[in-house]
Amino acid sequence: MNDSRRSFIQAGVALLGLMALAPLKALAAIWNKPAFESTSVDGALAGLDAKSPQPSKDIVLSAPDLAENGAIVQIEVESRIPNTEAIAIISDKNPTPLIANFVFSEGVDPYVVTRIKMAETSELRAVVKAGGRYFMASRKVEVAVGGCG
Amino acid sequence: MANGMKIRAQLKNGVTEVKVLMSHPMETGRRKNDFGELEPAHFIQLVTATLNGKTVMEAQWGTGISKNPYLTFRLRNAKAGDRIGVRWTDNKGQGDAIETEVISA
Repeated sequence: MNDSRRSFIQAGVALLGLMALAPLKALAAIWNKPAFESTSVDGALAGLDAKSPQPSKDIVLSAPDLAENGAIVQIEVESRIPNTEAIAIISDKNPTPLIANFVFSEGVDPYVVTRIKMAETSELRAVVKAGGRYFMASRKVEVAVGGCG
Repeated sequence: MANGMKIRAQLKNGVTEVKVLMSHPMETGRRKNDFGELEPAHFIQLVTATLNGKTVMEAQWGTGISKNPYLTFRLRNAKAGDRIGVRWTDNKGQGDAIETEVISA
């Protein structure tokens, strides 16, 4: 076997190896452009494939009742729904409502704290994917100065 | 963007809490600069967390995450000395990564 053929085969084997290491549920690595660029909540939910999420009291969404500065609103989301796979965050009145979608593997708590921008007083939603179904919790956040410049 | 990240991973009562801070402008593409020009969108799109090199969490972000993003997440299966890594990629294809060791509280 000549050298170039050998390296070709080695490269092929390495590539197969990389493909075998596909990430969690093979979801990520491709940014969900339709969901994130949607200017409506319905469009964002459709982009996430989250059809008619059911309200759930097992999603704990913590955020300030009044945010002085919409550019930095710290939020905390915890899902107590068994087999939670993902948590998405949506601010209804942002120009593009979908803010983030977190996907968890086993061993990682379905819990995140992060800081988001809110354009104006709005409903804030956490949409949870668990066992192939979708659940949702929401709360209103008053925003004194909008932060979506 | 070297040294543009901070990370801490602390193990307490079986739960490892990881806190990450990233340096990034998170421009929405709708903000006008001092010259009245629109700043092009520039934001982190993907964030990946690893435990000893294996992916354990993946996040996709839009423009609604605040400038200089902050993130906390929790792991159940990490031990003191394990390696936690976080890396991000933005819409311009730029990225940064950081790794730390789990410290027992």
